[in-house]
Amino acid sequence: MADLQAMTALGAHDPRTVMVGPLTVTERFDLAVASLAQRRGQDLTAAATGAGVPLPGPGRYQAGVPYSAFWVTPDMWFVEAPFATHEGIAALLKSAFTDAASVTEQTDAWVILDLAAPNLAPLLERLCNVDFRVVPDGHATRTVVDHLGCYLVKHNLGAARLYGPRSSAQSLLHAVEVAAAAAF
Amino acid sequence: MSQSHRTSGGQIDRSKTLRFTFDGLPYQGHPGDTLASALLANGVRLMGRSFKYHRPRGPLSAGSEEPNALVELRSGGRQEPNTRATVAELFEGLEANSQNRWPSLRFDALAINDRLNTFFAAGFYYKTFMWPKSFWEKVYEPIIRRAAGLGSVSREEDPDTYDKGFLHCELLVIGAGPAGLMAALTAGRAGKSVILADEDFCLGGRLNAETYAVGQAAGAAWAAATVAELSAMPNVRLMARTTVLAAFDHGIYSAVERVSDHLPVPQPGKPRQVLWRIYSGRAILCGGATERPIAFENNDRPGIMLAGALRAYANRWGVKAGERVAIFTNNDDGLRTAGDLKSKGVEVVAVIDARLGDEVINTSGRLGLTAVTVRDSAGRTREIAVDALGVSGGWNPNVNIHSHHRSRPVWDASIAAFVPGVDGPSGLAVAGAALGAFTTHAALRTGRDAAISALGLTGAAELPEAEDAPVRITPLWHVNHGKGRAWIDQQNDVTVKDIKLAQQENFTSVEHMKRYTTLGMATDQGKTGNVIGLAIMAELTGRSIPQTGTTIYRPPYTPVALGALAGRSRGREFKPFRLTPSHHWAAEQGATFVEVGNWLRTQWVPMAGETEWRQSVDREVLATRRSVGICDVTTLGKIDIQGTDAGAFLDKVYANTFSTLAVGKCRYGLMLREDGIVFDDGTTARMAEHEYVMTTTTANAVTVFRHLEFCRQCLWPDMDVQLISTTEAWAQFSVAGPNARKLLQMVVDQDISDAAFPYMGAGNITVGGLRSRLFRISFSGELAYEIAVPTRYGDALLREMLARGAEFDPIVYGTEALGVMRIEKGHVAGGELNGQSTALNMGLGKMVSKKKDFIGMMLSQREGLTNPNGYRLVGVKPVDPAGKLTAGSHFLEIDAAAVAANDGGWLSSKVYSPHVGSDIALGYLKGGDGKIGTRMRAVNLVGGTETLVEIVSPHFVDPEGERLRG
Repeated sequence: MADLQAMTALGAHDPRTVMVGPLTVTERFDLAVASLAQRRGQDLTAAATGAGVPLPGPGRYQAGVPYSAFWVTPDMWFVEAPFATHEGIAALLKSAFTDAASVTEQTDAWVILDLAAPNLAPLLERLCNVDFRVVPDGHATRTVVDHLGCYLVKHNLGAARLYGPRSSAQSLLHAVEVAAAAAF
Repeated sequence: MSQSHRTSGGQIDRSKTLRFTFDGLPYQGHPGDTLASALLANGVRLMGRSFKYHRPRGPLSAGSEEPNALVELRSGGRQEPNTRATVAELFEGLEANSQNRWPSLRFDALAINDRLNTFFAAGFYYKTFMWPKSFWEKVYEPIIRRAAGLGSVSREEDPDTYDKGFLHCELLVIGAGPAGLMAALTAGRAGKSVILADEDFCLGGRLNAETYAVGQAAGAAWAAATVAELSAMPNVRLMARTTVLAAFDHGIYSAVERVSDHLPVPQPGKPRQVLWRIYSGRAILCGGATERPIAFENNDRPGIMLAGALRAYANRWGVKAGERVAIFTNNDDGLRTAGDLKSKGVEVVAVIDARLGDEVINTSGRLGLTAVTVRDSAGRTREIAVDALGVSGGWNPNVNIHSHHRSRPVWDASIAAFVPGVDGPSGLAVAGAALGAFTTHAALRTGRDAAISALGLTGAAELPEAEDAPVRITPLWHVNHGKGRAWIDQQNDVTVKDIKLAQQENFTSVEHMKRYTTLGMATDQGKTGNVIGLAIMAELTGRSIPQTGTTIYRPPYTPVALGALAGRSRGREFKPFRLTPSHHWAAEQGATFVEVGNWLRTQWVPMAGETEWRQSVDREVLATRRSVGICDVTTLGKIDIQGTDAGAFLDKVYANTFSTLAVGKCRYGLMLREDGIVFDDGTTARMAEHEYVMTTTTANAVTVFRHLEFCRQCLWPDMDVQLISTTEAWAQFSVAGPNARKLLQMVVDQDISDAAFPYMGAGNITVGGLRSRLFRISFSGELAYEIAVPTRYGDALLREMLARGAEFDPIVYGTEALGVMRIEKGHVAGGELNGQSTALNMGLGKMVSKKKDFIGMMLSQREGLTNPNGYRLVGVKPVDPAGKLTAGSHFLEIDAAAVAANDGGWLSSKVYSPHVGSDIALGYLKGGDGKIGTRMRAVNLVGGTETLVEIVSPHFVDPEGERLRG
């Protein structure tokens, strides 16, 4: 019986933490992610309430336990949960929403970088076209960082989560490091 | 020489001394100096040679409009040509050199061009280097380029980094003179988010160069106090050393911030420059005005400057440009220079006011001005010994950015200048001197009012008191005297004569005049010369100046380093790269990688003793066909398609049918463009009733996804379909070869015998309990599967398969072996999916359904695409097994001449097949399906090769498909 050893998006056994000046970049390898899309004519409210899955409005992230979620496009969300307990997040959501929703595993489609610094705005203004100072806490948006399609979630001025394409994890981290050295 | 021309005052820090060199000689200056002000302080006024005639030149201006004082800064990788000495901030150890001279600035051999000036008039090159035509590229152009040229590059890599970024604000204020400061202050005090950008390192604009009072304070002091107030506002971002370059649509502006240009070496990690994209709600252009000279004979000698520049050097930098100074002006502003210089103790020996009929008609001094010849209103001439002359022909509002969307400036006769038109970029207002409001009071007022108007503020702040003297000017563009040359555009050596020649030869349109004479080209874009040139053309043609008009103003406002445009995208990071799940394993084996889009794919994996790539590739192919090979195919696009209409959706986007596909099966699909040409191909599996997984080619992963989203959102929004890419979510490996099943059975938890998992089967399985997917599909023609696990387990799965299946000697093969095997099997790929070929061309015509409508159906039936004698996919072998094939060769009948009319088609893909034992190829041949078994010539006229070939079936391996069904 195979027992496969996982490798992080940055190519190691353990997730990396990188410090650049006041910035801490933490690779999040402990999150399971799935997309949840409402099928046409269906209403997900009851199932979402029952399963404890938040379905925030456009441009919003909503934290919860065990599920957090952010809006990605009309009638579609990315749902996060702890990997340790929810590795099978797609199957769990599928059983909760049955045929009312289309669910697709996204856990390993992304590298997830948590960014922390007293003020992330000087960094993020070099990376993406998001007015980070102005957008409210809990803002979630699709954006482009160094040619890479990403999702950015603002928790607060000093904390953000960046979803980038997993295969380009090294390029994305490099961009963050170089921009941070310039910004801070 | 120790700052012989330094006077009192100025905004320089005399407590610190900076050492620098110019053409190898040591000099001293102070913080706050520019290279030009420091050189002038040291009595150096010869700073460069002109572009065409190699005339000695000194600075004309004190700002970014400078046409003459272009120098090379620094050395090695940081060497930077064509830098304006007038804006280069002095720093300790600055190394500057003059350019466009040989062997030295004082003695320049190419100054012979100046003696030969009659030959070098406008149009000289166009008329002279016409014949013979073939000489242009190889002979004439290189010679001309060597002789011309402004500065040189070291060809070493720039060691500095450059950055890019995005800024947002409610109000962008471009320029921090009195108008810009007042606009920013008004908006800032109202709590608006403001960006105030200025190209100078010291904010304040002309206030720093003048002696005017603003309120109770000196203008410079008021500017400093205002800057201090603004910098304390959290909602205001002050950006000195930042040039706004261009206006784009929707309130977007680009700007370059010179973060480290004023430092010997950037701080660790800091970029040299940052290119910003600024998103503004509203913007106000407060870019000031540029003084223009008056053209007269020999008006280009070092020591002849704009009067405002003389004043700026005296007031801001405490520098006198000469010991004995004269002023030549047609307006009151020129008189101010005389007053300011006198108060600095400089001897002003003459004020020549053209409005009184007095004119400067000539000058003398070989390497610098020694005397001017003046003709008074009575016609008397006399020579006056001077070493500096300030010239003022009036001021031109800097309308550039306002005209970037082709708004035509409007002539204002009261100031004899063009002012902004009415149809500038949406959201952009203009204030201050850029608007033609030349007094300090008007600048402050229009700046404040523009901010109030732009942001809808209520209540107007009190304005500090400031001078409000009217503009009094009598236009004078050039002095009518003599036959010598009078310069208009000093950077391009364009003279009044050149304009006259252009007029004589009927290049009278202002745009034609520009191209004919080169007026307004190069680094300064004619900031000082353009208006004079077009005014003279107006005189010559009898049209008015507004009838003559201006050329189109184009970005950037001032030159931008290519490094800033590239930003972080350079070298290895020019574009992001994508790593496959097996990358680390492959790197450990010393694999060679190939770029496929952004992916780095394993090309082949050499083994010990293999010295040449073909050895590795041949071995990988043979080992796979003999036993089992594994290939990372993660890069193929994977799109999850769900919803109750998923099957019907696929029927519309594919040429063949998918709604009838059984759950647990997959099918090869062909996708057409709307025009009937093949767009992409791949295998799509039905994982559940309403769930499909589509695979695309690696190259088209993104474009196919984009296409599907367009279909879903725009063409058929009523369909219940949900799409998401899962390319990166799954690590997928092809396991191919006679022992593929045996190997995989050791890894997976389910029975995958032919009965349990038949050819074209697909389904969810487990690997040691881990959720996985298995597809029984083959690209190589062998018994083959594709197995997928969540990407994080991909590396481990590969190692697991190699370890568990060791008894089968499994190998990992790369894209080269993949290519060999697909050509051996006759599968189409990049060379055949060329954007010009149909399913019929590819021998896949039967896949195109006649029973349903789908994208591309109608146009695939076009007569031209259904020609029975059209191109068909064929296999190609050299008749002599040792014969070489070349991709791109064209098919010719045995006796046919190698001309286009006889072209029968081409070889699209070629490899060496270790299975066949010779080169083999795929190709498109007219009527190819009827030519199997015939012989033709494969001719490559470019490479000069020709091979006798046999046309064969494109299936070199297992044409009946028994292996993959085994």
